[in-house]
Amino acid sequence: MAWYLVKRLLQLIPVFFGATLLVYFLVFMTPGDPLAALCGDKGCTPGVAAALTEQYHLNDPFFVQYFSYIGGLLTGDLGVNFSGREISEVLAGAFPATARLAIIALIFEAIFGITFGLYAGLKKGGWFDSTVLVLSLIVIAVPIFVLGFVMQYFVGVKWGLAKPTVSGAADWSDLILPGIVLGLVSFAQVLRLTRTAVAENASADYVRTATAKGLTRGRVVRVHILRNSMIPVATFLGMDLGALMGGAIVTEGIFNVPGIGNQLYKALTLGDAPMVVSVVSVMVIIFCVANLLVDLLYAWLDPRIRYA
Amino acid sequence: MSMSQENNRPLLEVRNLGIAFTTATGEVQAVQDSNFTVMPGETVAIVGESGSGKSTSALAAIGLLPANGRVNAGQIIFDGQDITHASEKQKVKLRGNQIGMVPQDPMSNLNPVWKVGFQVRETLKANGLPAADEDVTRVLSQAGLPDAEKRAKQYPHEFSGGMRQRALISIGLSCQPRLLIADEPTSALDVTVQRTILDHLETMTDKLGTAVLLITHDLGLAAERAQKVVVMYKGHVVEAGPALQLLRNPRHPYTQKLVDSAPSLASRRIEVARASGVEADDLLAEHPRTSMQAALKQDFVQVQDLTKVYKLRGSWGRSEDFTAVDKVSFAIPRGTTTAVVGESGSGKSTVAKMMLGLEPITSGSIVFDGQDVAKLRGKEMFAFRRRVQPIFQDPYGSLDPMYNIYRTIEEPLKVHGVGTSKEREKKVRELMDQVSLPQSMLARYPNELSGGQRQRVAIARALALNPELVVCDEAVSALDVLVQAQILNLLAELQHDLGLTYLFITHDLAVVRQIADNVCVMQKGTLVETGSTDSVFENPQTDYTRQLLAAIPGAGLINAV
Repeated sequence: MAWYLVKRLLQLIPVFFGATLLVYFLVFMTPGDPLAALCGDKGCTPGVAAALTEQYHLNDPFFVQYFSYIGGLLTGDLGVNFSGREISEVLAGAFPATARLAIIALIFEAIFGITFGLYAGLKKGGWFDSTVLVLSLIVIAVPIFVLGFVMQYFVGVKWGLAKPTVSGAADWSDLILPGIVLGLVSFAQVLRLTRTAVAENASADYVRTATAKGLTRGRVVRVHILRNSMIPVATFLGMDLGALMGGAIVTEGIFNVPGIGNQLYKALTLGDAPMVVSVVSVMVIIFCVANLLVDLLYAWLDPRIRYA
Repeated sequence: MSMSQENNRPLLEVRNLGIAFTTATGEVQAVQDSNFTVMPGETVAIVGESGSGKSTSALAAIGLLPANGRVNAGQIIFDGQDITHASEKQKVKLRGNQIGMVPQDPMSNLNPVWKVGFQVRETLKANGLPAADEDVTRVLSQAGLPDAEKRAKQYPHEFSGGMRQRALISIGLSCQPRLLIADEPTSALDVTVQRTILDHLETMTDKLGTAVLLITHDLGLAAERAQKVVVMYKGHVVEAGPALQLLRNPRHPYTQKLVDSAPSLASRRIEVARASGVEADDLLAEHPRTSMQAALKQDFVQVQDLTKVYKLRGSWGRSEDFTAVDKVSFAIPRGTTTAVVGESGSGKSTVAKMMLGLEPITSGSIVFDGQDVAKLRGKEMFAFRRRVQPIFQDPYGSLDPMYNIYRTIEEPLKVHGVGTSKEREKKVRELMDQVSLPQSMLARYPNELSGGQRQRVAIARALALNPELVVCDEAVSALDVLVQAQILNLLAELQHDLGLTYLFITHDLAVVRQIADNVCVMQKGTLVETGSTDSVFENPQTDYTRQLLAAIPGAGLINAV
């Protein structure tokens, strides 16, 4: 187990370098002078241009630029973005909103997805099952920005049940509606995953044996059917958390959430290369760590799996 | 109520029971007009083939029918109480401490994600019994599980099949039920394990005074273990009575057939042939000739010091060697049947795989008709494969579900570029006749066939290329006794007609006796005994062989019948 963990952590190193190198290459090698974008039509004064060239190592070969950037990244210095703010500061400011949004989405999809999925799976082929299957398919099929705008209009604007956009502070209560929208697609997937696993496990031999032992139906469902069905679902949720933590560009855009996704979108439209590379690098790291945690969670949920 | 009255009252009484299943094609009556009784402390066996309704009848007693099944006629009376349509709450009360169950397949009946101790404990708890660690350990060790305290903390996948079955028996008996339903409790296990487990089960139920309803497909086993035998056929109880009487004097034609073909009861190879219409004289006349042929072609297949070592992944990236087959030597004379027997893990299937050239040989050699199999490359290997064909155990898994029967049988001919498509069609039709399948079946798909029919298709496919050696890896183990007898007959006839040589891999000594000329007994990778079938059966040389022979269910009954 310890050996497996070491191996997996070592694997993160090439993934990290590969991903950052690729992003760095794509952003910095795009045609055009990065300074032109920064200084606008007036152009930079020679002094400023020289200072910026020095700061971003623009005259050095690509790999020197890259490694000086990575060196900073590893010592915790992400540099400054084009508007002169410390990138680490910008990220620290945006992260709480994204994290809150991700947690709301995850709780929503887990609770409702598993509950509905369990019920549908136990009554497979019944009216609830059929209805829920069709609805979940619709949710998966419709693009998230359509769902987002529709919910924003009805729930936020027309019925006034929630604030249609998020204020600067991005409190928990502000984020409930965007969180639900963000979690909707995954909710449908969790539901379907749970339903299939439950339906399959409900007819397993060990479930029949558990019933024959004299356990009540409730205990059989909880301890034997649900527990075993959680293996694929927990794996999915773990992966999803990794993806959600990296920011949700579309949802954050619709509801104006000041999170990581929003910052990335801004940086992309401004051509703010240092910012883009930093955000993407952080996303890659979060995703890799989440992946590793999911694999460990998987081994914990299913004792048959042993990593060596 | 006086004591004697209570003892005279049946513990379980099934009256005119009918059970129906709702399927996609409509309602199917699985059990009809079924009657049997179990007295307190008595062991009753229900015997029948798969689909006869034997498990269904027993499971209905504790309300464990699958969701699409329901009781639609008759009564189930337990201890004087009609429980046919009892509420779920009443059934929960009965299960565990009144009626226990030991299920069929030890591999799938324990929940893989919970420790074994936990699964025992929840049974005790659910039935209101003390459930401390000591209680769990006691219950497990009573079922004969060694080192129970440590074992209780392990997961099912860390147990062998026999140990899992002991755990399931301990669960079934943990609350000291008055009736235990044992649904094929050992059919998934090796014969020797089967015997110890059944012995133990018998001792335990005797001590507790538990009545046992034993469900099995093996008449020999039923007769050996039960006082009363109930025979079911196609959803009906066709015959019932004391075990020995039923064996000696079967009335119903189905029971007669069952007694005749029960492999554990048939004692001579000739009997199989006689059933298929070959006269005993014929067969006796046949033997000297084949053995003369055999003497001439002694070296058709020669296995010398055959060894297979697997590398197992150990901890910290190191690998350990595991010797699956250890210096095994034997010879297969042409036109004869050689059986390799052993328990699971004895390495017998690995021998078969190496014989087929599907697994590289670590050391030693297999010489097939003068050619060293290990040295065959490319074209030679291709030609070798044509002469050696396999038939595998699982007729459900070894046929491609997307290929119809015609395509399945034609495929080897096509691969080896035999004939034109017209000629191939003729050959396929011939093969269908040889394995006694109707031509109309050619357009069907494997899922539309029964297990026996599929195994016939597998045989036809194996014979398509006119092979000389056919390797049968547990080819009849998955089949019901009657179907098994038919397939064995077919194989014997084909051998007679086509002069085939068989290498028969099996764990079932009863089958060996019916089909084999020579036997090789394997244990843990080594060959412990080899000889002609008669000499091995009548005069076994090693303890292990004696153990295997003694473990055949019903072995002690052959003389009694």
